[in-house]
Amino acid sequence: MANKNKKFSRRSPVAAALVLLAGLVVSGGSYVAASAAVTNAAPKTEVDQAQVETGKKIFLANCASCHGKNAEGTDSAPTLIGVGSASVDFQVGTGRMPMQASGPQAEVKPVQFKQEDIDALAAYVSSLAPGPSTPTAEYLSRKGDATKGGELFRINCAMCHNAVGAGGALTGGKYAPSLRNTSAKHIYEAMVSGPQNMPVFSNTNLSPEQKTDIITYLQYVQENPSVGGDELGNLGPVVEGLLVWLGILGLIILFTIWLGAKSN
Amino acid sequence: MAKDPKDLAVVEAHDEHDYETGLAVIAADKLADPGIEPHRVRMTDKSVKHEKAAARQVALMFFVSILGSAFAIWAYYAFPFDGVNANSLRINTVFLGLGITLGLFGIGVGAVHWAKTLMPDAEVSEERHLTRGTEDVRAAAVEIIRLADQESGFSRRKLIRRTLYGALALFPIPAIVLFSDLGPSPKDSLRHTMWGKGKLRLTRDPDGTPIKASDVQIGSVFHVIPEGLVDLEAPDLLNEKAKAAVLLVRLDPSEITQKQRDWGYDGIVAYSKICTHVGCPVALYEQHTHHLLCPCHQSTFDLANDCAVVFGPASRPLPQLKIEVDAEGYLVAPGDFAEPVGPSFWERKA
Repeated sequence: MANKNKKFSRRSPVAAALVLLAGLVVSGGSYVAASAAVTNAAPKTEVDQAQVETGKKIFLANCASCHGKNAEGTDSAPTLIGVGSASVDFQVGTGRMPMQASGPQAEVKPVQFKQEDIDALAAYVSSLAPGPSTPTAEYLSRKGDATKGGELFRINCAMCHNAVGAGGALTGGKYAPSLRNTSAKHIYEAMVSGPQNMPVFSNTNLSPEQKTDIITYLQYVQENPSVGGDELGNLGPVVEGLLVWLGILGLIILFTIWLGAKSN
Repeated sequence: MAKDPKDLAVVEAHDEHDYETGLAVIAADKLADPGIEPHRVRMTDKSVKHEKAAARQVALMFFVSILGSAFAIWAYYAFPFDGVNANSLRINTVFLGLGITLGLFGIGVGAVHWAKTLMPDAEVSEERHLTRGTEDVRAAAVEIIRLADQESGFSRRKLIRRTLYGALALFPIPAIVLFSDLGPSPKDSLRHTMWGKGKLRLTRDPDGTPIKASDVQIGSVFHVIPEGLVDLEAPDLLNEKAKAAVLLVRLDPSEITQKQRDWGYDGIVAYSKICTHVGCPVALYEQHTHHLLCPCHQSTFDLANDCAVVFGPASRPLPQLKIEVDAEGYLVAPGDFAEPVGPSFWERKA
């Protein structure tokens, strides 16, 4: 029974080492499997140090002049410690940052970095302190309820952004931009990070599912034309009034002149 | 004395077709009546080619109308609304409208062009009769009235006449009580909101889930309705929501006034959402400037200074709702606002 196989016996020190290794693998592997089953909105739990280093280099070259060498903020720009990867991905991904000129609001302009560089920047900034992170794909699907999303949008967002997201004015040169061409990811990130004067809609205010509903509503509105004909930018009665009083009334006046004129 | 036409002249009427100026004074240098402008001959009267061309144009307009109406009928069936797709409805409606427009417009333009170019265009003037009738007509009218009075006995019969006056005077009076039924008086419903029930939790609009103090971050804004509002039925639901809507914001405690700290909780403050100007919901919150902007007339309230009005037509700051935290950590309002919410009204003391 014992020592049947001269090469490998149950009592050899190699066997003991193998059993120990198997035990470690099983216990470690089951822990990883268990912790991976607890999903949260943050996509990555591990930190890619190389990405963080790349991000730091890009940061020092492009952002440190206003935001400080350690992102601690200066007189020109606020601190980025705690803003999270969502904030960075939104601001840099829509072209708002690097800010072109100081003013009441950063404007959308051509994006200056490739997505991998933006991800590196986001990784660096989120490594400084925890903050809202970029959403996983499940929250950006169109599987939300557009009706519920529409109700939430009207209650929380439509007063600044207009009932279908065409944008609106605020005080002192600030404005709520149009959402007609904004991607789902950027909408989510803007909600969760509250850029500039936009309030913060944290996950305790609007849950991730509610954010998905809102994004689904906006996507529905982006893709479906208005049944009432030309939307004229969805800017409401002012634009329509302008069209009627200048355009259509002008045509009516010309027609009335023809109506009363004698034939030659 | 021969009448000198250059002096002041008074013309007498001879029959009803002469113009009587009555007591008018005709000045010597008055503008001469220019008369009708000289007749211009149309191309369609001068040349047969033009006349034929005009006739073809009129026919073309009527033909366009026929095409338009036919197109409307065809397009209605060719581009049906499938019941689901918004775009299909849009196309269906646009084509139907376009066809009907052409159908109607073609008839109108064709008819006008026909009248202008082909029908006779001689100038015609119509005589304008005097307003005042001739003496015989006037005498006949007076006689009719006298006869009517005599035959009806209106002047003679005092009893009938006076009771008629009474009936006509009293007849419109029931309208007063009729119009008084137009609506119940608001009584004191403008002075109280649903928060007056006491100890109501602050809940999220629209689902009605209660809010914990720890849920509220600095810079976030919550749209709040009282606990139990979602269980109400219309019209109470909307009437109560229109007064009880509240905005919940968290600020740094060092940035706000003492009253805001006392009536809030750890920097969390709750304000009525109803603008004190005309009643629009003031919900445009600017996080960094901590201003609340009303979109209707741009009244701006400073949230770090008791919601004082910093711009715009509002005359009073937004009322603050006193809040505290209950045993489980949820935000709760112990009672109502300290003043009526919303715009001023006559009986409001301020």
